[in-house]
Formats: sequence, C-alpha cells, structure tokens
Amino acid sequence: MLTKKVKKRVSFLSALLCLSVIAIFIILKSLSSNILYFKSPTDIKNVQDLNLSKKIRVGGMVKKNSITVKNEEIIFIITDFKNDLKVSYSGTVPNLFSEEKGVVAEGKLQDKKFFIADRILAKHDENYMPPELKDIMKNVK
Amino acid sequence: MLSNLGNILLFINVFLSVLIIYFASQNIKTSGNSISETIYQTTLLQTTLIFGCFFTLVAAFITSDFSLINVFENSHTSKPLLYKISGSWGNHEGSLMLWVIILTIFSFFFLINNKTHPKNYRLFTLIFQNIIILGFLSFILFNSNPFTLISPAPKEGLGLNPILQDPALAIHPPLLYIGFVGSSIYFSAAMASLITNYSEKFFAKSIKNWVLISWVFQTLGILVGSIWAYYELGWGGFWFWDPVENASLLPWFAMTALFHSLIVLEKRNVLYFWVIILCLLTFVLSVTGTFLVRSGILNSVHTFANDPNRGIYMLSFLCLMIFSSLFLLFKKYRKNNYNINFNSKETYVLINNWFMLFYLLTVLIGTLYPIFTDALTENKISVGPPFYNAVIIPVVVIFLFFMAIGPNVKWIKNKFDNLISFIIIFILALIINFIIVYFFKSFTILSNLIIISSLFLIISSLIDLKKSLEKSKFDLARIISHLSFGFLILFIGLNHNFSLEEDFNMKVGDTKSFNNYEIKFKKLEVKNFKNYKSLIGDLEIKDKKMSQIKTLNPEIRIYESPSTLTYEAAIKTNIIKDYYLTMSNIDRSDFYNIKFQKKPMMFWIWVSCMVLAIGGFLRVFQNAKSN
Repeated sequence: MLTKKVKKRVSFLSALLCLSVIAIFIILKSLSSNILYFKSPTDIKNVQDLNLSKKIRVGGMVKKNSITVKNEEIIFIITDFKNDLKVSYSGTVPNLFSEEKGVVAEGKLQDKKFFIADRILAKHDENYMPPELKDIMKNVK
Repeated sequence: MLSNLGNILLFINVFLSVLIIYFASQNIKTSGNSISETIYQTTLLQTTLIFGCFFTLVAAFITSDFSLINVFENSHTSKPLLYKISGSWGNHEGSLMLWVIILTIFSFFFLINNKTHPKNYRLFTLIFQNIIILGFLSFILFNSNPFTLISPAPKEGLGLNPILQDPALAIHPPLLYIGFVGSSIYFSAAMASLITNYSEKFFAKSIKNWVLISWVFQTLGILVGSIWAYYELGWGGFWFWDPVENASLLPWFAMTALFHSLIVLEKRNVLYFWVIILCLLTFVLSVTGTFLVRSGILNSVHTFANDPNRGIYMLSFLCLMIFSSLFLLFKKYRKNNYNINFNSKETYVLINNWFMLFYLLTVLIGTLYPIFTDALTENKISVGPPFYNAVIIPVVVIFLFFMAIGPNVKWIKNKFDNLISFIIIFILALIINFIIVYFFKSFTILSNLIIISSLFLIISSLIDLKKSLEKSKFDLARIISHLSFGFLILFIGLNHNFSLEEDFNMKVGDTKSFNNYEIKFKKLEVKNFKNYKSLIGDLEIKDKKMSQIKTLNPEIRIYESPSTLTYEAAIKTNIIKDYYLTMSNIDRSDFYNIKFQKKPMMFWIWVSCMVLAIGGFLRVFQNAKSN
C-alpha cells in the first residue's frame, strides 16, 4: 500500500512529466511548421514536388543588368551561375543590395521561375556573406 | 612599446591568478576564520593590473598606434575620440579583455564584501573564480591577443564599421558583459558551496545581490542593444529573434528564475539544489552564447571575424565547466525533503521558474535547431519570428495571470480570501480592453488576450501599491518590477497591433497617398561631413485627419573608412507614437525606396523596460539596508 506522502509525490511527478511532454510537443510542433528552408536557384529547378504555399529563402548573386524598378516593385534575377530565378519585391532593399552582389530573399515561389519576396535580408558588411551563400559560391568555383 | 607593456601585464596577471589559487589553498588548511592579508593584497594588485592592461589597450586606440594588429583592423585616425575608445571593446580581442576585467572585479568585490560568511566558502569561491580567469587569460594570450604586433606598422587603420559608431553601441557591450560575465561569481560560489557544504539560507544571502546586479545590467544591456537596433538597422522593429539576441536572452531567463527561487531558499530553506542548478546554468548559458557568437556557427547580424581555433578552445572550456560542475553536483547531491504545500507562495515561485524554463527551452531549441539540421541533414534552414511568436505569446498570457496572483499568496499555507477582488480586477481588465478595441477597431483573439492579461497584472499591482502605501510595509521593488513588466507587455501588444507600414518607390517630387496620410518627396541634398558624405532626403508627411504636417529627413551615408553605406532612419518621436522613415537608393537609379512606419507606444516600451531594471536596483538597496 502506498503511503499518502508517496502517492502525493507520484501524482506530482507524473503531472510534471505530462506538462513537460506537452511543452516539448508544442515547441517541436510549431518548430516544424515555422522553419524556413534555404534554397539556391538550382535546388529549386531540381525539386520534384514544388510546395508553393510554404515560405522559403533563396540565395545567390543579383544578375548583372537585371534590376528593373517599377512604381510599386523591384524586379531582379537571382543567379547561382547555373540557373536563374526571377524575383519581384516591394519594400526596402538593404544596404548593400546591388548588381553582382550576394543576396538572400525570403518569400514564396509562384512557379519554378518566379519568386515573390517579402523580405530581402540585411547585411551590414561588404565582406560578409551568409554561411549558406558561401557554400553555394564554393560549389560554383 | 604599448604592445610590450600590455603583454607583460597579461603575463603578470596569469602569474597572480596562479599565486592567488596557491595562497587560497594554503589558507584553507589553516584553522580560524580569517583570510590572510596577503590574499587581499594580491587580489587588489590583480584588479589594479588588469585595469592597467585594459587601459594600455585603450591608450593604443586613443593614440592610434597601428603597430598593433587589433588597432590597425578596428580604428582610424579620423574617428571621433569616443569611438576610438569604444572601438577597443567593439572587437573580439578587446571584448575578451572586458570579460577578464569583469571576472576580476567581481572576484575582488565578492571577497571583500562577504566578511560575515565562513572563510573556506569564500576561499573556494575565489579559487574557482580564478580558474575561470586563468582560462580566459590563456585564451587571450594564446589565441586572441589584442597586443599582437604588425610589422612594418601601417600608416592608417582600416576603421570601425560605421554602424558600430554609435553612443548606444559604445555602452551596450559593457552593460551586457557586467550582466552575463557577472554571473560567473555565483557559478563559483555555487561550486564552493557544494564543496564546503555551506548551504541553504546563508548561501542564498551571500549571492542574492550579485544575481540582482547582474540581472539589472543584463536587462539594461538588452534594452540599449534593442534601442540601437531600432534606430540604426532601419527595420523599424526592436526585437528580431536574431540568434545573438537570443543568446543574451537565455541567461536572462535563467537569472530571473534564479532570483525568484532564491527568495524561497532564504525564507523557507528549501530548493537548495534547484538554486545551485540555476546558478551553474546561468553562467554555462552565458559562455555557450559567447561560444555560438564567436565561433561563427550562427548566422547573425553580429559578425566577428571567424577562426575555427577560437570555437574549439571555447567549446573545450565549456565542456570542462559543464562536466566539472555536473560531477560535483552529483557527488554532493543528497535527498532533501521538499515540504511544499500546493497552495502556497513557494508553489507560485516554482511556477515562475517553470515558465522561465519553458521560455528558455523554446529559445534554446529555436536557436540551436538550424545548427543540428545543417550538421545532420545538410538542409539549410532558419527559424524566424513566427516560431517564437506562436510558442511564446499564448504562454505569456497565462504567465501574466500567475504573476499577478503569486505575490499575494502567503508562505507555507494559503487561503484564497481575496478571490472576489481578483474577479473584479478581471472584469475591469475586460472592460478596458473592449474600450481600446472599440476605439481602434482591431481584432485578433491573441492580442485581446495579451491586453487583458497585462491589464490584469497592472491593475492588481496598482492595488498592491496602494495597499502597501497604507500599511507602510513596503515591497516597492517587487511591485515596481511587476507593474512595469505588465506595462511592457501591454505596450508591446498595442505596438504590435496598431503599427502601420507602407512602402513606395519614389522619385524626387513625387507624392503618394495612403490611409489617412499623404507623403511628399520634396528634395534631396548632398552634404559633406568629417568622415562621411550624406544624401539627405526631405520628406513631408501629412496626417489628413489631424491636418498636421511633419518633416522627416532620412539619410544615406557614405563612409570612407571602411567604405560602407548606411541608412539613417528619420524618427519623430512623441508620447503616443513614432513616425519612422527610411530611404534607400535602388541600384543607383533615380528611384528611392521609401518605407514609412507608424509605431505606437515605442517610447513607453523603452521606459517600462528601464523601470523594470530600476525595480531590480531598488531591491539591491533594500537588501543592503536590511543587512
């Protein structure tokens, strides 16, 4: 027969365990629905099942002579020197956004060739490249 | 010359640390309860010399001595004096000097301020603290020496990144470091307490002010960093869940949990091992954060030049810390009875701790997850604000209710005799919420819940304030901090809900209309300043409803050394709202991208965060008075 004290402790510990399991479950559940995958234009071309509803990040270089400015949007092409992706964006471009410089755009794909960005990631240093981009550039060279 | 002086001072400091450890271990063996004068003198000398060492570096920056690589890489003769000085801790090597100074100062003050506590406990704390100091000194000497020479000495330095040339950023690192490096002292004290079996109540008394001081500085450091990000980075927000911001938040959660459970330990003599675990955890998290930032593993706005050796050194140091503290913890762990009643203040403090650990876990997982997926699956991912908002915001709602009820619960055994007053407060909060919603017409369930729960906390804290003023039995520190936290969440909620953001691509002369506003791009000027050129826009914002006209002047600055472009946001602050405007050129065309934001309650977010920290300071004074 369990004493009252032990019973109390067991129920307390099991409640705590349940709570922590629920907490971890909630964290991981929202993690899986909120992560952003990073892709290069080549990755996108090679992808089989295209998920248009999910946000992703695309990185590469801004192609030479590709920036067009319209009234409400900026259109440019991201390239990894193998494949291109057309991007439309309306919003503030970061410090060092310019042709033939690295760029990371966040948004949704419309199809395999067209991407609508809602954020262009800021970089503060000319020599700084996001680690994701570095790997892509390494593969090219 | 300065390089030699600096190196000599560093070596002497290594020697002194070893000496202190030796003296202290000799002193432990003697009977009696006094610490020998030699130890006091050596610690004083150590503190003086580490300051000397730091000032040598500052002097090198002030005199622009480019024979030091560190100065060459991070300074420039044309830089204003303030930024020459702050440049000395704005880089990896110099910031480590700041680490060691804070480690040493805390070690010194802990030694001389705790004379009522037993000798061996203080000596062991000193020993552990000096082991940590030695660890960082050797890191500086063998890997990140700020006094390394370059030959031949260059004529001119490379300059400091202009976005770092800012008064807020000059004081941000020292504040933040006092916070998370300060946590080292209760790491050492916890280890010492385990070894000497100096436990419970008195241990809590000896460290509580140190925890509070580090918490206050951590809070201020985060605040200043956040203000800087708001006006300098041009995104118009104040918190981005950037990995580095997260790294500063992790120890903050642990500290907050710690000083709440310290109250229980001091009053009721329970939760000793839990407190020890939190002490150890706080400093481990601080070092982990530093490791993640400095090793370059994380992708973030804070970029330090990376070097793999650096990461390996810090990782081994971190492992050593974790394993030795875990070893000691398990060796000394003994069962103690937790006689805690379910309905008591003790439980409520524990609830605070669970919430803090939940936040901590969420942020930790969100920050580390991309590293693991990258290593395991080569999938590159990032975890952004949506994750944190989805997990943390709903939990904050419940947390605020507990935060309001907790302080009024009695120790040991409580009876709910004030249930009716809580119901009245709740109804009051509901009414105010609906008034706000009615006037501003904005509706999401979550934002309503946030506003209701924060109002609940605010009103009950105000009632507590009134009661304690009548009784003259004061717990002002607690009330102020809880109250301002309630306000902080309320203002963040309002800010989030009623912000307005519009983007346009405009040429000079264009006019655009949206909502109740009209925006006019009047002219563009070029001006020359001492170390940069500036393109200054002149824009007019008309509030059609109030028929008010405001002129804002966003800038694009072009710096020479290093050649960098920065955008200066134009911000018009008043008590209720901020107008926030940034301008950026689109690839050298005639078009400028203009981003307009209306940010309500920004000023009050800063103020309530400040008051939160003041509450902590007040508690330190109260403690000092009662001792």
